[in-house]
Amino acid sequence: MSSNPSFIDSLKPTGDPDVDLRVRLGEVDASMRVPAMLFLVSAVMWLLAGTAFAMIAAIKATNPDFLGATEWLTFGRVRTAHLNAMIFGWGNNVIFAVAPWIMGRLCRARIRHTNILLAAGVFWNIAVTIGIIGILKGDMIGVEWLEMPAYVTPLVVLTYALVGVWVIIAFRWRQSDHVYVSQWYLLAAFFWLPWLYTVAQVMLIFEPANGVVQSLTNWWFAHNVLGLWLTPIALAVAYYLIPKVLGRPIHSYYLSVVGFWALALFYNWAGVHHLIGGPVPAWVISAGTVASVMMVIPVIVTGINHHLTVVGLHKEGWASPTIRFVVFGAINYTVVSLIGSTMALRHVNEVTHFTHFTVGHAHHGVYAFFTMIMFGAVYYMMPRLLFREWPNAFLIKVHWWMCGLGILLMVFALQIGGWFQGLQMNALTEDGTPVYTFLQTVENTKPWLWARSLSGLMLLIGHIAFAINVYWMIFSPRTQDKVTQPTLLTETTEQA
Amino acid sequence: MKSLPLIFLGVFFTLAFSWTGIVLTSHLQMRDLTPATAELVNADDEPITGRQFMVDGVNVKNTDGMTAYPLPLVGEAQRGKLVYQEMGCLYCHSQQVRRAGFGADFERGWGNRQSVARDYIEQDRVMLGTMRTGPDLTNVGLRYSELWQYQHLYNPQITSPGSTMPPYGFLFEVREVSEMRGPSPDAIELPDAYHPGEGYELVPTQRAKDLVAYLMNLQQDYELPEMKFTE
Repeated sequence: MSSNPSFIDSLKPTGDPDVDLRVRLGEVDASMRVPAMLFLVSAVMWLLAGTAFAMIAAIKATNPDFLGATEWLTFGRVRTAHLNAMIFGWGNNVIFAVAPWIMGRLCRARIRHTNILLAAGVFWNIAVTIGIIGILKGDMIGVEWLEMPAYVTPLVVLTYALVGVWVIIAFRWRQSDHVYVSQWYLLAAFFWLPWLYTVAQVMLIFEPANGVVQSLTNWWFAHNVLGLWLTPIALAVAYYLIPKVLGRPIHSYYLSVVGFWALALFYNWAGVHHLIGGPVPAWVISAGTVASVMMVIPVIVTGINHHLTVVGLHKEGWASPTIRFVVFGAINYTVVSLIGSTMALRHVNEVTHFTHFTVGHAHHGVYAFFTMIMFGAVYYMMPRLLFREWPNAFLIKVHWWMCGLGILLMVFALQIGGWFQGLQMNALTEDGTPVYTFLQTVENTKPWLWARSLSGLMLLIGHIAFAINVYWMIFSPRTQDKVTQPTLLTETTEQA
Repeated sequence: MKSLPLIFLGVFFTLAFSWTGIVLTSHLQMRDLTPATAELVNADDEPITGRQFMVDGVNVKNTDGMTAYPLPLVGEAQRGKLVYQEMGCLYCHSQQVRRAGFGADFERGWGNRQSVARDYIEQDRVMLGTMRTGPDLTNVGLRYSELWQYQHLYNPQITSPGSTMPPYGFLFEVREVSEMRGPSPDAIELPDAYHPGEGYELVPTQRAKDLVAYLMNLQQDYELPEMKFTE
């Protein structure tokens, strides 16, 4: 197989096939314990930092004089620090904790050489820290979703490679006959992101494309970070956890195949709907609109698969922190995607484009769908890696209610407020003059932005509760381990 | 669906497909765009009208003596663009005028023709923007004076009460008026409520001057072969 068999052997992640399955899953868990904790502890820290940036930006959006004299906290920078801390600090760290672990479990493959994964964790957090400091001190690049200065690019690429390779190695040496739908999504996501990132870096930063080709590349990249990275990862987690926790197989194998390939084909093209009405070729916009509408197919198919697996088990699901968060995320995937397809229609876009409606939509997708599912995954993974239960059910409830209600309030406030903002921006009297002056539209948006700040405060409380629980669980001494029952949120008949 | 190569190929070709479609094809379509005057002539010096700007597969030349648009940024304005970028202006301001009848861009006075791809070919960083928390800036250099820009940057409430734009006071300096030389020629006139007080003056830093130079350069006041002003 290779001229250097000992090296290949050292990568080979599979255990002895004769050993009991439970033991082998235990081996997978043990191999991921330390790296997953490193990624998770960092992820939660970024979540708190990102929320703090978000609160500052939200208050500034209604009260511009708040911290107005501080250059590095000016709205344009702190808002961008928020986005980068959330996507690359929280999102990617939690993905790097959860995704290789689920892949390892499904493949019955341990992660070998965990030092490499640990190094990746250190590199990644250094990269994000430097990147965000760069943004705050004024080195940001004027490309949405790629603002981190070019000097962190090498570290970012290196980390993607160091993490991604374990996902691929686990799949290559898998010891299960069946390949489960989560494995396709994870594998695909870990191929897609490095390509997207590399192409975007080359075409936008190192050898910038000509004119508006930059904008097209920008939105091809930025929307695909959502569509081909966060989305497939969160779907993989939902596909893994819903049947696992509820003890019921996924509704339909065939639907999951259709859902996967339809997503792979259509999501790619959807990003250019951010440029509707812009100075780009009309045919590109039309193609993007068609693809956005076609996304209804994978969304409905995946929705049927997720929701029909849960139907009838609501009581059991409600007791489980994991299922509460994951099902909330799965429902919001269906809703946010259908709204997204609608927003790509030209006449709807005429109203929603350039308004807070889009900001609401972004939070709906990244938070109500992706982040909530990842919370669910953390609630499931931690007890299995640490052999201890969640220390406090009350904190989980605070986390759940604050984040669940908080994000709903945020999405309603921004989308209703954004819709009115769009209508008022476009409204004309019969003789063709605007009904509202620009400053009137700004004034009318403020109450909705106040509601957004309130929702942000709720999320902050939820995140603090979550952080306390996570750190308490990791850092409390072993002697505290007396609980052997899972921490559930309601009494169930099958608690044993 | 068990085979790694199969999944890999599928994943590769779906992404390659959209990249080819959205990025590569647009690049091929637009790479030959050059600055142009409103009036173009073919090889026989006959004016070409309408949307044509290629004749027999060759780019036609601009008439001698006419300025070709768009103009590249130079000097202060070029540096000012970097200030615009580092402050994150793009997150609240777009730089694209949409066509008449789609939105109310014309009616709000943001432009009198639609922005087209050729308008952006001289820009090393294109910031079309996706938010209009503030107004579109495509033609902001035509709409306000330099003094307005300085006052508005120093504190947006001076010119636009109720605005949610951040104040950029850190791009200015409050100084004592020099007894030897008298008031600085750069000092910004301010209404009494915002004036730093007797014996003091507000002067812009170099970054503020650069940023204003950039903003004053944002003008799409020229016609292109493919896009005329809408009357």
